[in-house]
Amino acid sequence: MRRILGISAFYHDSAAALVVDGRVVAAAQEERFSRRKNDARFPRRAIAACLAQAGIGVGDIDAVAFHEKPILKFSRTLETFLALAPHGMKAFARTLPSWLGEKLDLHKALAAGLPGLRPDVAHLFTSHHEAHAASAFLPSPFERAAILTVDGVGEWATTVIARGDGARIEPLEELRFPHSLGLLYSAFTAYCGFRVNSGEYKLMGLAPYGEPVFADRIRDQVVELRPDGSFRLDLSCFDLLADDYLTNDRFHRLFGGPPRPPEGSLDQRHMDLARSIQVVTEEALLGLVRRAHERTGERNLCLAGGVALNCVANGRILREGPFDRIWIQPAAGDAGGALGAALAAWHASTERGGAGAPRSATQPDAMSSALLGPAWTDDDAAAALQVHKARFSRLDDADLLGRTATALDSGKVVGWVQGRMEFGPRALGNRSILGDPRSPAMQSVMNLKVKFRESFRPFAPVVLAERAHEFFDLAAPSPYMLLVAQVAESQRLPVDPTATGLARLKQLRSTLPAVTHVDGSARVQTVTAEANPRLHALLRAFESRTGCPVLINTSFNVRGEPVVASPDDAYRCFINSGIDILVVGNLWLERSEQPHASLPGTFEALPD
Amino acid sequence: MIRLLREFLRFLRQEKKWWLVPLVVILLLLGLAILFSSSSAVAPFLYPFL
Repeated sequence: MRRILGISAFYHDSAAALVVDGRVVAAAQEERFSRRKNDARFPRRAIAACLAQAGIGVGDIDAVAFHEKPILKFSRTLETFLALAPHGMKAFARTLPSWLGEKLDLHKALAAGLPGLRPDVAHLFTSHHEAHAASAFLPSPFERAAILTVDGVGEWATTVIARGDGARIEPLEELRFPHSLGLLYSAFTAYCGFRVNSGEYKLMGLAPYGEPVFADRIRDQVVELRPDGSFRLDLSCFDLLADDYLTNDRFHRLFGGPPRPPEGSLDQRHMDLARSIQVVTEEALLGLVRRAHERTGERNLCLAGGVALNCVANGRILREGPFDRIWIQPAAGDAGGALGAALAAWHASTERGGAGAPRSATQPDAMSSALLGPAWTDDDAAAALQVHKARFSRLDDADLLGRTATALDSGKVVGWVQGRMEFGPRALGNRSILGDPRSPAMQSVMNLKVKFRESFRPFAPVVLAERAHEFFDLAAPSPYMLLVAQVAESQRLPVDPTATGLARLKQLRSTLPAVTHVDGSARVQTVTAEANPRLHALLRAFESRTGCPVLINTSFNVRGEPVVASPDDAYRCFINSGIDILVVGNLWLERSEQPHASLPGTFEALPD
Repeated sequence: MIRLLREFLRFLRQEKKWWLVPLVVILLLLGLAILFSSSSAVAPFLYPFL
């Protein structure tokens, strides 16, 4: 038996993954345990959770795989500062101490973070994009596939096209820093007043409110999209070493003003900017996908890297791209690098310190529906709730599902905690807040009263896979909520086409108004009984009561908080938000019966 | 630390980036100077250089 621990850390979203004899046994992000969103620190709590899941200790680990090559990354950092000196000296002085500490000397960091690790255990390092490519291809359902990884930057690469065949991943082409689609999108994210590395989703959600009036300007003066699928940024528009924004005065003049401060007013210009960069990003990705197809001739495509979380672009790649099938790693961001590094080490040749194991593709994939985190038994949950003197009842499955469906039908918002926690940024029905998508008021209620976030942000539907085609124009299953599709024409309602901006928010657009974005799209999650029997059964119960096999599924957290992990996190979030009902396993809690009006939160809220 | 230095030398040889050596040496000296200036008897002699 060979146990490989994968780790990603020290930039954002640190995580751990445990692969035992090639099987992904556990994976989790540090933020869920430390309660600090996008936590970048060494993932000691996530590691402990992964080891506990497998019932082993640190001394049982046979290899540790890290998702980056720190020396190469340090060299890139030095060369960048040197190229731009004396500009950026302040940033250099700020960055250097962290590099001279744990970030560079990973051996030391691993020894400190993993006390008890055997001295003979190999420390293996994949490159950042090797880890992404491995996370995209090795757990995918394909024996062979083209691989495309796109993110901000790893060591030098920002975009990689590769071919996967069996256990082998052959890199074919790459684009290098600073020419980066991820950095470009992040620059617009910061310019529009959202936080880099987490606000990109907001920019994508804002895009449908705007028109692509700046798209030509972006193509002409900011990024050159070339016929071969590559692209180049015009560096005179950027300040890559700036403290706050990635853009400079030239960029600000080009787009009509200074950056929007966080929490500043959102006007039509920001919406148009969001739409414009979204359109250009989609074009760039489609160019890359066509190039990947040309170079590999493969019929299947695997995607990873932070940009692969752009589910609107993914929807277009599926519809307009040349590939028959696509598979996207659910933890496509840096957290997934931990998983990729561990899997790459399992399949890597023994000369490179790996196990040299062959691979055969698993159906529907080898991710266990991304439910790879820890689970709590009902007894554990009851003990945690009793600490708060919470009032709850224990129900059997049939009663629980029936009562939950009834509550949802009557407009109640339900916190739903079941089984193992999800790995990756999306809540897929085990740490979710659920609601009725037919309710016209639900989007506003859930945004403002439950999650305390911006009113413009859309919610995603979860739908029985077998009935998804009746509600969404989706050409493939979307088990990880990574594809955006149009709501089916049969469900759409006529709207006033003259409305603009946030005024469109109030329009009734379909029979599922709470999950239909202003452009008629939805970020769909399809569920089968095999993938998540509990959630499937709840959807069935809601369907048999209402005829509607769709629910709103949003992550169980409030603004600035990581998704809840434990029953204790869930109870605190339940009490401090506007959630009406909390279901933890088979335990049923109603807000009106609880002895608290509020509880101290355990998370460190981050600004947007 | 020795392991890291060995790997760094291997990296410099593989990538033929020997020109990084002066930069890294200066950074190391600077780091050592800062370390000493905060906790040693040589501090008064180092202050003029910091």
